[in-house]
Amino acid sequence: MMLIYLILLLFVGGLLCWLVDRAKLADVRWVALFVLIVALGLLLIAYANSEGLEVAGRQWLLGINIPWISRFGVALIFAMDGLSFLMVLLTLFLGIVAVLSSWQEIERNSGFFHFNLLWVLAGVVGVFTALDLFLFFVFWEVMLVPMYFIIAVWGHENRVYAAMKFFIFTQASGLLMLLAIVALVYFHHQATGVLTFNYFVLLETPLSETVAHWLMLGFFIAFVVKLPAVPVHPWLPDAHTQAPTAGSVILAGILLKTGAYGIIRFAVPLFPDASAQFAPMAITLGVVSIIYGAAVAFAQTDLKRLIAYTSISHMGFVLVGVYAGNELGMQGAVMTMLAHGMTSAALFAFAGAIQQRIHTRDMRKMGGFWNSAPRLGAWVLFFSVAALGMPGLANFIGEFLVLVGAFKNYSWLTVIAAGGLILAPVYTLLVIQKVFHGKQRIEGNVVDVSSREIVMMALMAVVTIVLGLYPQMVLDLVSQGPVVAPVIETPVSGLMVQLSKG
Amino acid sequence: MGKLELIALLPIIVITASAVVVMLLAAFKPQPGLLNGMTLVGLLLALAALVWADELAPLQVTPLLIIDRFALFYSGLVVLAGMVVTLLSGRYLATAGKSVEQPAGQSHLTAEYYILLLTATLGAMVLVSSRHFASFFIGLELLGVSLYVLVAYLAPFGSARATSLEAGMKYLILSGVASALLLFGIALMYAEFGVLEFAKLGEIWSEPDVMDNAIVAVGLALLLSGACFKLSLMPFHLWTPDVYEGAPAPITAFVATVSKGAMFAFVLRLFADTNAFAHPTVCIALSIIAILSMVGGNLLALLQNNVKRLLAYSSIAHIGYLLVVLLAGTTMMDSHAKAGTALVSEAVGFYLVAYFVTTLGAFGVVTALSKAGNGQDCDQVDDYRGLFWRMPGLAMIFAAMLLSLAGIPLTVGFIGKFYIVVLGVQASMWVLLAALVLGSVVGLYYYLRLIVVMFLRDEKTSEVDSMQMHIAPGDQLVLVALVALLIWLGVYPDPVINLIQAAGLSRF
Repeated sequence: MMLIYLILLLFVGGLLCWLVDRAKLADVRWVALFVLIVALGLLLIAYANSEGLEVAGRQWLLGINIPWISRFGVALIFAMDGLSFLMVLLTLFLGIVAVLSSWQEIERNSGFFHFNLLWVLAGVVGVFTALDLFLFFVFWEVMLVPMYFIIAVWGHENRVYAAMKFFIFTQASGLLMLLAIVALVYFHHQATGVLTFNYFVLLETPLSETVAHWLMLGFFIAFVVKLPAVPVHPWLPDAHTQAPTAGSVILAGILLKTGAYGIIRFAVPLFPDASAQFAPMAITLGVVSIIYGAAVAFAQTDLKRLIAYTSISHMGFVLVGVYAGNELGMQGAVMTMLAHGMTSAALFAFAGAIQQRIHTRDMRKMGGFWNSAPRLGAWVLFFSVAALGMPGLANFIGEFLVLVGAFKNYSWLTVIAAGGLILAPVYTLLVIQKVFHGKQRIEGNVVDVSSREIVMMALMAVVTIVLGLYPQMVLDLVSQGPVVAPVIETPVSGLMVQLSKG
Repeated sequence: MGKLELIALLPIIVITASAVVVMLLAAFKPQPGLLNGMTLVGLLLALAALVWADELAPLQVTPLLIIDRFALFYSGLVVLAGMVVTLLSGRYLATAGKSVEQPAGQSHLTAEYYILLLTATLGAMVLVSSRHFASFFIGLELLGVSLYVLVAYLAPFGSARATSLEAGMKYLILSGVASALLLFGIALMYAEFGVLEFAKLGEIWSEPDVMDNAIVAVGLALLLSGACFKLSLMPFHLWTPDVYEGAPAPITAFVATVSKGAMFAFVLRLFADTNAFAHPTVCIALSIIAILSMVGGNLLALLQNNVKRLLAYSSIAHIGYLLVVLLAGTTMMDSHAKAGTALVSEAVGFYLVAYFVTTLGAFGVVTALSKAGNGQDCDQVDDYRGLFWRMPGLAMIFAAMLLSLAGIPLTVGFIGKFYIVVLGVQASMWVLLAALVLGSVVGLYYYLRLIVVMFLRDEKTSEVDSMQMHIAPGDQLVLVALVALLIWLGVYPDPVINLIQAAGLSRF
């Protein structure tokens, strides 16, 4: 029940923000912040009081199952395991960061903005906890619409185009997933006579090889668009660049993780054999994303666009880790998700802060900011170093585990992927050099970080350091969570496998 | 005809009587408010009579009409839509100003409006209750002839509404042609078999090689063309955008919902009673029509800058989606998956409910912003620029309607689309489903574009802006009720699903 309250709290909190703003009762930013802190408290209480259930061979912290649309065997099934808990925690945490990061940016209709913000978060929490496939799809779409509004209404100069592209990419792939979900349920119904969208029941659907392959693709495409991996990434640079700061923070920090989560929770466990066969292909996509994202990021002059491309590169590691086929890779993937959530959110918050100060994202017009804003520079440097994978910080643990996990089965591809670790310092340090060093190209001083920004950054920095120094708690939570993608022992023909087998 | 039959026919009789009462009122006390109120009362009474008649269903009343749950359900839908249109018409017509020919006042013309609205509703009710080609044709023409006048209704008001007359003429001529096609098709069938009842026709059709008979094949082709025309499926859609654009906004809502919905309910009954579409050639033809409508309708909607035309093309696509359900039913009827056919009439019913709610809502917003006295309704995309910043409530309602048309979850439109996907998957119609996905994605683009326009912050102020309009209480009531329904059915559809299941056809 706690999970339903949590989601309802965010929905109602969003409505409250809107009403409070229309009635001019209070500052909505504080209302939104308050709602998120209460939600975070609720989550921690739920976690502390969780009894632990064993379903389908895995540990679940809490869960609930209420019939909903009986005609289709749809139920309100919410459940949370270690993975879901981490993801929801990340969501609420970055929600607070997002509210803080857009504190001064939103001037018009702030109530409606925070309404959308909280509804996105509610949708994402739903995605991370819904275990009825119909319900999951509903939340999958519910998180899109408010995000679309955030980009289209409060975004930058090219916002309408970006918002449209974002929505159509995700919706088109979402419809494919809907077809796959319905088909899966139909085949399950045919085989067993039970009409249900229950995830745990559908896990045992007997499927022929071809059918499983096609259905797996339906899920995979929807998730990989969200992740995103090359070649379905083109929405991401536009959406991230045009969104307001809070929008970028949520997009990069949280929404991208829903794609990875979907693969871990649905695409792989529902179709284990098909996924195992598909793994070399998926890992290749991941490796291409790592290298491509890094290379293209290097060529950008728009600060937010550059960070957006680095997201593609980092999420490539997640894809590699998930399909690596062992516990290490999976733990690394989840770790990378959390770490990337922190660093990308922090970097986007900085890009937003810089844009707010000098009204441009063009790095060619920046330079020499260290003189007037040394503290800002120091914070950016910290998160840049974290992003490039400095040992001792969270990102290093994640990417290292991914590479170790993948090396066993896909050694050559892993070697190429490791190249991403060399490219990452190049583009991150390039940002530092172009923005903070050299000659200052604009008039006047850049205002240094405010205490609000320091609080926001310190929160994320602490998490990054703690995760980097003591990752075991996260790894433990992951290992009782999702199943690991099986690996096929016998080599399949084809160039891809030749490559991957070395 | 006994007492029971009379009770069963009561809804139809009540509507007829209200039309007469409104006519008499118009002669003695021609006040627009009173006429509007009387029309509403008549429709409400009919609704009550429907509930009463429900106890008797199913009951065959004369060979012409069958009062079963199916007929009562769709009659209820039609009457409710009629009520929404009546409520929307009140303020809208009051803004019409004086007619050219009748400088004394416009009340007589208002009277015609409500009489015709009632007769059109009556026609639709007959249409959904008919199980015989004779009553079908009577209902169809009653509906059609009333609409010819209503579509052109604003033509005499000032000189500016030229499009209204054009739309009326177009509708009259093209709809007349379609009726002729239908009639000829029916005549050919009758010439060959000598029956007009669907049930008997079904028995004859179930014989294996009846389709080899050229007269039957031509008759069926004519029948289908006529039906497709009335449903404005591609390539029989050419009248739709013009009529939608020229008709007064509440009447556009009526044409889009009642006229098409009743026709589709009739097609479904014909299909269930006779299984006329089971022939492979018919299936292929209908599949092509469905794909054309889904993809073509949505593609053409992209090019529109007029909201009414845009919604016209969108409705073409939506009826195309519905055709998928019929085709799924046909396919499954022949194959092993017979169990799936139980869903067909349920899916059609739910989709039509969703379509009624959203279409009435969307045109309701257009109506609430328009004035009958102006040269055209508030239907340019530019009129909606920045609507959110002026009237956030209305803009959110319109956005909700558009999202429902696009099939986004938590709206009723999603459950409707979900039904179609379920049926499509059960019948393994992957090509049609691919067309549905493609059409939906294209559709998303223009719905979103319209939503975005409402949120744009432009210095350029449109006409509506300077007016700073207030929404009339009647319009507010209707729109809020429709949005509440849209979300309620999207979140908790079970009660309505049960209702529709009860209204299923015996065949399914």
